[in-house]
Amino acid sequence: MSALSIRNLTKTYSNGVQALKGIDLTVEKGEFFALLGPNGAGKSTTIGIVSSLVNKSGGDVEIFGHSLDRERALAKKKIGVVPQEFNFNQFEKVYDIVVTQAGFYGIPIAEARRQAEKYLRQLGLWEKRQSAARMLSGGMKRRLMIARALVHEPELLILDEPTAGVDIELRRSMWDFLIGLNEQGRTIILTTHYLEEAESLCRRIAIIDHGVIVENTDMRSLLEKLQVETFVLDLQRPLQSAPELCGFHVRLRDAATLEVDVPKTESLNRLFGALAEQDIQVLSMRNKANRLEELFVRLVERNADLAGKEAAS
Amino acid sequence: MSFTEQWVAFLTLVTKEIRRFVRIWPQTLLPPAITMSLYFVIFGNLVGSRIGDMGGFDYMQYIVPGLIMMSVIQNSYGNVVSSFFSTKFQHSIEEMMVSPMPAHVILTGYMVGGIARGLMVGGIVTVLSLFFTHLTLQHAWITLSVVVMTAALFSLGGFINAVFARNFDDISIIPNFVLTPLTYLGGVFYSLELLPDFWRAVTLANPIVYMVNAFRYGILGVSDVNVYTSLGTIALFVLGFYILALWLLRRGTGIRA
Repeated sequence: MSALSIRNLTKTYSNGVQALKGIDLTVEKGEFFALLGPNGAGKSTTIGIVSSLVNKSGGDVEIFGHSLDRERALAKKKIGVVPQEFNFNQFEKVYDIVVTQAGFYGIPIAEARRQAEKYLRQLGLWEKRQSAARMLSGGMKRRLMIARALVHEPELLILDEPTAGVDIELRRSMWDFLIGLNEQGRTIILTTHYLEEAESLCRRIAIIDHGVIVENTDMRSLLEKLQVETFVLDLQRPLQSAPELCGFHVRLRDAATLEVDVPKTESLNRLFGALAEQDIQVLSMRNKANRLEELFVRLVERNADLAGKEAAS
Repeated sequence: MSFTEQWVAFLTLVTKEIRRFVRIWPQTLLPPAITMSLYFVIFGNLVGSRIGDMGGFDYMQYIVPGLIMMSVIQNSYGNVVSSFFSTKFQHSIEEMMVSPMPAHVILTGYMVGGIARGLMVGGIVTVLSLFFTHLTLQHAWITLSVVVMTAALFSLGGFINAVFARNFDDISIIPNFVLTPLTYLGGVFYSLELLPDFWRAVTLANPIVYMVNAFRYGILGVSDVNVYTSLGTIALFVLGFYILALWLLRRGTGIRA
């Protein structure tokens, strides 16, 4: 059974903007799934419809086999949502926010308190439980939203930009927490602007742009589509000009730094061999950009070109 | 959701609502106590002593039921309109929308929260009035029915207002420009018998007249209108407002894009 099944989902807002143009998407149980796309692509609209915050114009959504139209309550029980914006009462206490949310799912008060304690402790907020939510730091507020989303033990957790504006240390600890949840069997759907995050965490990925899914595959297959990778090499001695290396496109970024485009058909051994022949010693090497980021930009640019051609014809 | 789960969700929402207005009591419970005390001092003691009897009671006794009802109306309406609009404004309404709580549980929860504040303020005003005059309850069930149904009606009115409100100005228009004039002209301070025929007929089109008079009948045993007609009319309005509010909530009007 799929955790999430979306069929021909459309959404046209009252101002005429067609945010979704009939998307199909399936997320299997236990997956760690990334939904990526540029701003305005339709990610938040899709998540909004799945979490009942946005009315759909057409299509079907099923969550663990429960239709959002016909078995809404059953479907909703399966989902926990962590939205992009803080959406709790800033004047309420941290503990009350989580316990109240459990109550909205019909969880009796004693169990609600146990669940709230469990997740507030796991997310490092137990000491802050009597603080008003507005007194928390940005990172703590994000963790509060995760605790609130988990309090009813959903099988599918949807996170919309969960690490936006969060410092690196906290981001890494949130990644570990989410990986742990996924390993326990929870299905996770994530939208993010940090493509490194998607590449590190997710095994499957869909890219949405202009309201259509332009790619939906596993991470390995997607990265294999990358034809050229660009590496940055830090050199031991400065150069006057970029060296000629057969089969590679080389640019001099500054006197001691080279940028080399390596086609997928070429090996790094041959690159280093060619550099050694010219007595160029490399101290260190790194990717110019995240691999997924390069691919994402190319896919979105290609889709924009196609959309432009369609509009012209 | 099973019935038990719905009951838990309902109690959670009602508790949340009551906790909200109790937490901010200097904004919610204190102001009506001060305002109504001033009414008692000025209109009851200072001016009232020169007016003499009205409807067979001294003026202070005559206006107390109307003032209690005025505070119930204003506070039940104000509670729901501000609470529900705040949840929209802060997006915390999404906490309920993502949950499996049915629309009727959400609506009833807000309505009961509004009734609770209306009754609490009504109780405070009643206790304060006893420092200024003597009251005997003539018809307990009628008093209770009228005050609960009136609080329910205005809670639902506040909810509908909040559904359509887009900014904070929108939640003050109805209380300031509709509720206050209708309440002041709703027979709180005078008997309809004092009015010329034309204005008496006009006044009878004001629904608050029926609520104030039915409540006054419950406490003092006198009314300018038929009490059972009043009760029936209020009940019909409660039903109509409930159906309308539920329909708006299910559609997601003002809530879902």
